[in-house]
This record gives sequence, structure tokens and C-alpha cells, in this order.
Amino acid sequence: MAKVADLVFKVRSKNAGPFWVTIDVFCGDATVFHEIAGALTSQIVAGLFAQPVETIKRFEIAALNVVKFSLPRPVVQGDRFDRDMHGAQWAVLLAEYEIAS
Amino acid sequence: MATRVLVPSGVLGLGFDAQALARGVAMGPDIICIDGGSTDSGPFSLGTGTSKYSRAATKAEWRQLMVARAALGVPLVIGSCGTCGTDSTVEWMLKITRELAAELGQTIKIATVLSSQPGDRLQKALAAGRITPLQPAPEISPASLAACVNVVALAGAEQISQALETGADIVLAGRTTDTATVAALPLMRGDHAGAVWHGAKIAECGALCSTNPISGVIVVDFDDSGFTVQPMAADARCTPHSVSAHMLYENSDPFILYEPGGHLDVTAATYEALDDCRVRVTGSRWVPSDRYTVKLEGARIGGYQTTIMAVLRDAHYVANARAWVDKLHSFVSAEIDKSMGLGAEDYDLEFRLIGIDATLGAIETKRAVPTEVGVLGIITAGDQETASEIGKLINPFVLHYPLTADEELPTFAFPYSPAQSERGALYEFALNHVLELASPMDAFDIRVQVI
Repeated sequence: MAKVADLVFKVRSKNAGPFWVTIDVFCGDATVFHEIAGALTSQIVAGLFAQPVETIKRFEIAALNVVKFSLPRPVVQGDRFDRDMHGAQWAVLLAEYEIAS
Repeated sequence: MATRVLVPSGVLGLGFDAQALARGVAMGPDIICIDGGSTDSGPFSLGTGTSKYSRAATKAEWRQLMVARAALGVPLVIGSCGTCGTDSTVEWMLKITRELAAELGQTIKIATVLSSQPGDRLQKALAAGRITPLQPAPEISPASLAACVNVVALAGAEQISQALETGADIVLAGRTTDTATVAALPLMRGDHAGAVWHGAKIAECGALCSTNPISGVIVVDFDDSGFTVQPMAADARCTPHSVSAHMLYENSDPFILYEPGGHLDVTAATYEALDDCRVRVTGSRWVPSDRYTVKLEGARIGGYQTTIMAVLRDAHYVANARAWVDKLHSFVSAEIDKSMGLGAEDYDLEFRLIGIDATLGAIETKRAVPTEVGVLGIITAGDQETASEIGKLINPFVLHYPLTADEELPTFAFPYSPAQSERGALYEFALNHVLELASPMDAFDIRVQVI
């Protein structure tokens, strides 16, 4: 098992407007890209965020060795129950996820 | 006709490298464009109609740009003045500009683009079915629309072009899309529309598309087949990777970008390094839409807040922080009911455990015992007096509540006195909708003056 963060160059997340969050996994090279693209499914991301899988948008961008996920924010930005105004800490959920390698 | 655009920074107030700006000015741009806002820091700016950036920093940077504009004799455009781009923050920026014009001895023609939306216009549009939801959107009604304290529409290139056509030296625009100020002039001059919108998106965060993001300054050249981008800081480079990766940033879809009047599709774009610093991009496509729509942003007051903070350092309490805070919560809820006659429907009280799971809450995956735990109590009520009364009521229990009945009363660390703080109104984003317009200027006003 290996943490995603130990395999890839960088995982970041950020709001894409007040209603969406987007997570970019910069894999660094084609080998890691294929490994991550195979392992990080929409189901896994939906599970980490406790959201329905059909709300997850997933992009594999081979030219950049990036796997990208976007989903409606579990809580709208600035709502009284929002815990992370910029959505930037959510990246850790993917970064710390362990995949078989 | 080729158009050269100088973008000094991703946003006014964040700073830029003065030498890089000088190098950009020496390149002889046709226009200087900068963004002044974003929803990024939350709904407070829009709710209050105020800037999140300091006036001093904004004025100091705007001075440099006004000096550069005067030297070049080209237009200077700022979009989303004062973070939220309401009429009040356009006025704020206008006042700063007036002060600087006097200090610098400049006479300037200014066009303001006003994006704030009056309530009656919105009610008519809602009734006529011209306000439609994006995904996901809060439910709206005439009453919820009326409850918004500020609503702005995001201007596109059309409104900025109209402002430029007045011959203005400086355009101070209310809320605009991130790309509109950069896109306007190249579109007016007939450059390739796909390239214009794509280049504008790449340029909107300044040097974030380069290897030295904080240097700020970039120059983009648009023409009839593509665009070329280059950073102005001595140590910065644009590479095909740094440029194309910027399409990922704060974008839920890395290939499609919706704008008033159509969308950008970069699926077939190619990125080519011209040398160590410059990247040439071609193959981007602009797809016009049947309807002309502008995005709306609105803020309403969701309540009033008071917070209270305590820190647990005693290892016994740190190890049992969750159980302790759950017991505390039940106990104070009963006290609030007993003393104030308020039930769960009248207010929200939430305790977040900093050091345990304050960032992620229920979806936190790590479990570990930290050295200490911050206890942040957040009270939200219908008015400030009630929120603060609850804060005072729970204060002694947050300080002294024991984990078990048979132990001595503990006393936790309050970081300041009083432990509770009034946060004022809690603003919430109330709209994720678009407004359909028969003509782009129907929801915007342009005013011209010479100062």
C-alpha cells in the first residue's frame, strides 16, 4: 500500500466558485498517471467526501499527467456549517488515501 | 489586428514585481488590464459591499498602474472593483482614482460600468422566467430574492467594450467575469475569438501561468490565429505545462469555460514553446450561444454569530475531547432552553475541535491524540443580542464543565477576555443562477466623467 501523496508530484483542491470544489492530482509522469488513473475512481472520491457518485465529474488529462475531480461542495462556501472557506484542505483526503502498489 | 495586453497581477492588492511591470510597459502594450475581485474569500465582501483588500495596498498599486497608463497613453481597465464589484465598491475605487489623479496631476476620462442589480429588475426577470438555475442552485422565490442584500451580474466583454468605446482612459468596472477585461479589446479588433477567450483565461491570474507566480506581470499577444503569453519577471518562464495547467485552476471543467454569449472549448488547443519563456497557443474554439445570459451572484444575511474559544491541554480532557464536548453540548442546550426558552429551531450551536477534526468534520479519516485541543463554539441566531446572550450563558460551562460528576471542576485556557466574540452578520451566497438579457446592456449602466 502507498499513499497517493507519496506517489504523485502534488494534490491540490480549491473552490471552483462558491458551489463547486475541484481537486487536481498532478502525477508527474505517465507511469504514475496510469497507476493513479487506474486506482482513483469516482466511487473512491465519492466515498471520501460522503457524496453520491453521480455528482462526481472526473477528467483524465494525459497531456498534463493530471487526474482531476470536481464535485458540488458538500456545504456551500460561507454557509454556517462550512469549515474550509477556500476548499483547499480537502485535498488531503485524496493525498492520504492508500492505494495498492 | 494584433493586440498586446499587459496584465500586472492576478488581482489588485496582491502585489507585483515593479521591475517586471517596467519591462511590461517597455513592451508597448495596447491596454493594461487587471482584476479587482473574486468570490474566493467568501460571501462577506458581497454581503457588505466592501473590499477585502486594504485601501492602502490598493491605492499604492493603482498609483503605479495609473503612472504606467499615463506614460503609455493606453486604456487601463479594472474588473470586479473592490472584490465584489457592487456599485459601492466601484464608488470606492473611483474615490481612490480621484485622489491619485489629484496627487499625480493627471486629467482623466473615466468610464464606470455598474453591475449591481436593483430588486425590481430581478423580480420582473424572475416572473418572466428569465432567471434560470445553474447546477447546483439554491431554490429561489420572489421572497428569497427580495431577502438578498446585494446582487450583482457578471459583465462580459460586451459591456467592457462599450466602456472602451467611450474613449475612456480608465475603466472601473463592477463585477465582471475573470476574463472579460482582457478579452474586450482583442475582440473589438477582430482577433481570433477562441484564442482571445483562452488567452484571457490564462492571463486572468497574472503570472500564475508561469514558473514564478508571485511576480505577477505577464504580456499576452493576440492575433488572428492564436495567442502568445510571456512573463515579465527576469526569472520567470512560461512553459506549455505551466500555461496549459492553468486551465485546471478553480475550474470545474478544464476544457470548457462559460461566458456571457457562449463558451470556450480548449479540447483541441495545442501549446508550443517558442523559446524558454514564451508559449504559443492555437486551436481554441469559441462557441456562441443562442441566448445571452449573465451570471448572478447574491448574498443574504443568514443570521448573526457569536463565537467562543477555549483550549484543552490537560491530557485527560484531550484524550476524551469528543465525549466531553458532546456532554457539554447537551448540558448547555438544556440550560439555554431553561434560561432563555430557546429550542434547537431557534439557534445553532456547533463546537469544532481544533486538533481533532475541525477542518473536515465527519469525513475526517485520521484518528490521533494531539497535545492540545482548541474548542471553537459557533453560535448562530436570528439577531446579535440572542447570539451573544447564548455566548455569555455558556461561557462558564465551556470554562469549567467536568467530564465526570465525581471530579474536581476543571478550568480550561481562555485565550482572551471575554472568551466570546461577536462576529456580526453571517452572509451566505444565495444565487447560482443566470439572467437572460435581450441586449447585453440591459442589466448594466455605463457612466462617463472627466476628473
